[in-house]
Amino acid sequence: MQEIVTAEPDLDLSPPVSDAVRKTTCYMCACRCGINVHLKTGPDGREIVSYIEGNRDHPTNKGVLCAKGSAGIMQHYSPARLRKPLRRKGPRGSGEFEEISWDEALTLATDWLKPIRETDPKKLAFFTGRDQSQSFTSWWAQAFGTPNYAAHGGFCSVNMAAGGIYTMGGAFWEFGTADWDRTKYFMIFGVAEDHDSNPIKIGLSKLKQRGAKIVGVNPVRTGYNAIADEWVGITPGTDGLFILALIHELLRNGSVDVSYLVRYTNAPWLVIDDPGAPDHGLFARNEDGHPLVLDRRSGEPASSEDNDVRPDLKGEVTLADGRRARPVFEIMAETYLGDDYAPAAVAERCGIEAGTIARLAAEMAYAAFEEEIVLDRPWTDWRGRKHDKMIGRPVSFHAMRGISAHSNGFQTARALHLLQILLGSVETPGGFRFKPPYPKPVEGHPKPHTGHKPNTPLDGPHLGYPLGPDDLQIDEDGTPRRIDKAFSWEAPCSAHGMMHMVIANAAEKDPYGIDVLFLYMANMAWNSSMNTAGTMEMLTRTDENGDYVIPKIIYSDAYSSEMVAFADLILPDTTYLERHDCISLLDRPISEPDAAADAIRWPVVELDRDVRGFQSALIDLGARLGLPGFVEEDGSPRYRDYADYMVRHERRPGVGPLAGWRGDGEAHGRGAPNPNQLNKYIENGGVFTAHIPEEAQLFKPWNKAYQDWAVAIGLFDKPAPYLFSIYSEPLRKFQLAAEGHGKRQPPDKMRARIRQAFTPLPTWYPPFEGELIDKDAYPYHALTQRPAAMYHSWGSQNAWLRQIHGANPLYVPENIARKVGLEDGDWAWVTSHHGRIRVPVHITAASNSKTMWTWNAIGKRKGAWALGKGAPETERGFLLNHLIHELLPPKGDGMRWSNSDPVTGQAAWFDLRVRIEKAEAEEHELAPDTGSQTSPVGTGPKVVAYGKAWKT
Amino acid sequence: MTTLPQTTNRKLGLVIDLDVCVGCHACAVACKEWNTGAYGAPLSDMDAYGAEPSGTWLNRVHSYEVKPEDKPAQIVHFPRSCLHCEDAPCVTVCPTGASYKRSEDGIVLVNEDRCMGCGLCAWACPYGAREMDMDAGVMKKCTLCVDRIYNDHIPQEDRVPSCVRTCPANARHFGDFADPDSAVSRMVAERGGYDLMPEQGTRPVNKYLQPRPKVDAMPAGEGCGKHDAHAPATPGGLLGWLDRALAALD
Repeated sequence: MQEIVTAEPDLDLSPPVSDAVRKTTCYMCACRCGINVHLKTGPDGREIVSYIEGNRDHPTNKGVLCAKGSAGIMQHYSPARLRKPLRRKGPRGSGEFEEISWDEALTLATDWLKPIRETDPKKLAFFTGRDQSQSFTSWWAQAFGTPNYAAHGGFCSVNMAAGGIYTMGGAFWEFGTADWDRTKYFMIFGVAEDHDSNPIKIGLSKLKQRGAKIVGVNPVRTGYNAIADEWVGITPGTDGLFILALIHELLRNGSVDVSYLVRYTNAPWLVIDDPGAPDHGLFARNEDGHPLVLDRRSGEPASSEDNDVRPDLKGEVTLADGRRARPVFEIMAETYLGDDYAPAAVAERCGIEAGTIARLAAEMAYAAFEEEIVLDRPWTDWRGRKHDKMIGRPVSFHAMRGISAHSNGFQTARALHLLQILLGSVETPGGFRFKPPYPKPVEGHPKPHTGHKPNTPLDGPHLGYPLGPDDLQIDEDGTPRRIDKAFSWEAPCSAHGMMHMVIANAAEKDPYGIDVLFLYMANMAWNSSMNTAGTMEMLTRTDENGDYVIPKIIYSDAYSSEMVAFADLILPDTTYLERHDCISLLDRPISEPDAAADAIRWPVVELDRDVRGFQSALIDLGARLGLPGFVEEDGSPRYRDYADYMVRHERRPGVGPLAGWRGDGEAHGRGAPNPNQLNKYIENGGVFTAHIPEEAQLFKPWNKAYQDWAVAIGLFDKPAPYLFSIYSEPLRKFQLAAEGHGKRQPPDKMRARIRQAFTPLPTWYPPFEGELIDKDAYPYHALTQRPAAMYHSWGSQNAWLRQIHGANPLYVPENIARKVGLEDGDWAWVTSHHGRIRVPVHITAASNSKTMWTWNAIGKRKGAWALGKGAPETERGFLLNHLIHELLPPKGDGMRWSNSDPVTGQAAWFDLRVRIEKAEAEEHELAPDTGSQTSPVGTGPKVVAYGKAWKT
Repeated sequence: MTTLPQTTNRKLGLVIDLDVCVGCHACAVACKEWNTGAYGAPLSDMDAYGAEPSGTWLNRVHSYEVKPEDKPAQIVHFPRSCLHCEDAPCVTVCPTGASYKRSEDGIVLVNEDRCMGCGLCAWACPYGAREMDMDAGVMKKCTLCVDRIYNDHIPQEDRVPSCVRTCPANARHFGDFADPDSAVSRMVAERGGYDLMPEQGTRPVNKYLQPRPKVDAMPAGEGCGKHDAHAPATPGGLLGWLDRALAALD
């Protein structure tokens, strides 16, 4: 053979990367990283996106970017993008539409909504899905006057948020995070990937390189758990029991931070011990309302506010009225030191050996107390006490839906926060650290409001945190005032609303019927609903006259999703690269533990379709409806569009959606609106960061310097220091009502479950679904995990990512597969109390032995997302949702019990119990058949060769 | 057949740290994103929205379930791309001289003007690291982002392959293995970086780092440490211990 020796070709090693770079904020998931969007000029003279990379100067991602972020080009140019407003022509679900103009669309919407506002505003239910402009959309809904507004937190992770707020004034992700640079022991619960996508990966990598131990607690060893040092394959729904057993061990060994508990928590507060009295279990207070503690020196009750008092954590005291009281700590210790919480007592239910539980507790104790961190950083607390050091307990945690999407998830989240607090790690070096505007105590949040009248704004914010039965939103006879029954006895503390119940309740007209369902960015006809097939039926249900029971549905989405086909009027949204947005401190912030931060999106590419950013469309609609705040006195629109609102709107004097470059451009946090503000953001990479002074960075709830800094930049108007609630008095007030005290009484049928679920100390009870079914008939658990490459990727259908996850088998543990004779490649019937699905199977060993699982939201309906015939998403991609009912199995009492946490109403997705049988060979196709929809945008091209445009 | 250079001045390549790779596919997509618009023909996607989508990728992440004898099963994520071998069989097998290894830095490239799409190189590569682009009909492979790493239009700190620039877990590192003092050489020396399938005799430049030994059991803590470390064991015991703990605060 002849040898070929060729001269190496001349390469252009330095080609221009792009013609322009614009910095904005990613929206491929909720993580909201900074991105540099590179643009080239195409042959037709239009700019096209050529490359997206992470912004190195952004506090969230510091330059890195995940798979979704890099696939943003394909999302932006997706053939599934809607092009023009649509009006339904065929029956709901068919996908048959006609294109109409924006003026026609907004006129139609106005014609539907105006009469509602003039007569009965609650007939509008406005729910906004994975919206991150909630401070704006809720303000619109408040101006409209409907009580029926929320976003998607109720079906996502409200247990985590509310459990954190009620306990310590914040939770994970947007509220706070592990101190990745200092922590020495990290336990992560129930997530393969999470909202805080890139920061967690960056953090885990730091821990691995430092040799810190990572423990993954998850029924399935997916995602992050791959690199955990130890995997604890827990049985779903038992996380709370496991955590309380850890607490049992820590207490038993004296491995709790007594000094921290005395100073920063309500552990010393005295609880009235007077069984049967209306204030039994509430805090003993002095005449100023200050809680009392037992002074160790005098042996007498004394004000917890008195700096000279040395509070005890144990003992019994007689109050001035002769009654007895005991410190929270003693009650807590008695509770958790009981045999019920011993590792041996919980091991079998948790699927974790007792010795493992004891060892994990001992390891945490070692990291917290033997490896404590001492920073020579003097600081002053809110009482003026000076501290010359900051002592850290370098143990930290992360958790999200895995532990919270259960009917016991609220108390489980509370238990986890209690564990961190007992270790003394929250807001100390190496532990969990809040991100501004958190920490924020439960009392610092609004209370819910539903007061509505025709032509009148609502009497206050829709959502909030009830502090007792008086804050419930119910009529005199106990009827829920909201369509989703949030803040009723069914879910008293449903701080994020209950979006998963809206369609089901509206279809049943329970508690009342509605006239318009208005949804944004929530695929409720598909993966965002429990009981998907049932939800499709509810959306298409007709009455005796043949009219839809939910008469009118308006939906805004950027893509041809399943939900589009079920709506009557479509307001097409832009992609994330074509729009203005603010990631606001008033809303769902992107701060870091050492800095407050907010950011914008701005149109980095020109629109090529007749679509509008939803928020701008909503501003137009608000003006057409003449909503207060949306029009000037002469009735003309107040805001040109959302960008104009972002700059000029003031929520409080001097405080607006964006904190940076206010006033003359030099003021931050507080200041008059600055017409040049968006330009300043753009000049600064789309992000504003306000660093917290060093002495203020830790111990934030109690740190005077932090409190003063937070007031100065406008997070709140006066210092708001507070103590952590190991013992929650608001919860006890609900429990007292269930025991018969107070004017507002729950229905008798609910008393037992309120007594059980509203314990003032964290508790555990078995998930509801498992208690209501025949465990022998449904012996297994089934749940979903979210893959890193698709996490929260609501527009998840794009040419690149679908090659990574285009189909999803059901992963079945080896032992179950053996028992029912399943092998890789088989298909199986999976049955719950509610439904039956037929799905492809893959055998796994990396799962809890009672738990099968699959990836979430990969499957698509035929005709949706511009997919062609036979797409794997429609042939081998399935939803577990069909098996999950929005209601619990009937108890025979005639009630429609929501399949939700009884405290917060969070959808109990992961309580699902199933059985599995092998499907016959001729049955290898998905069931149920959810039909198909006509695509209003056609199907995507056969070949994508991205980049050709600028190469030729 | 095509000849390889006797030696190369530098040996540019990647270190991939399997200890921290969470299998997120960020590297694979960032690679696709850069390279579809960069050197050579785009990385096409056939049947992009249809029944059998199949695209060209220069870097893929494979996930395996492994079951150690004495430990629970786990998932191992393994990113795979061209290893820029010193004895690259994909080059020597090339009948047209399209495949070549740069003498300057050792990067293995395909000169697409000479590639006739015969696929011999993909057959010769024991790592399956080459993919035929079905739209352009030419062979595609990792270029180590040759049009990034020397690119004057890119800030110095970003002159690394796109996969390295994006990796959220810091599992990918780029550098010169000919320089024993380079960060990648030191990392390989310290962590025992290894060759993939050394028995193939390809002498790959890229190295993989094994997962570090897992932190199995930590020492057990013995209470507050500073205070009184005897396990209280019972509620009464705990409360007695508390007295001493509280006294220590005074």
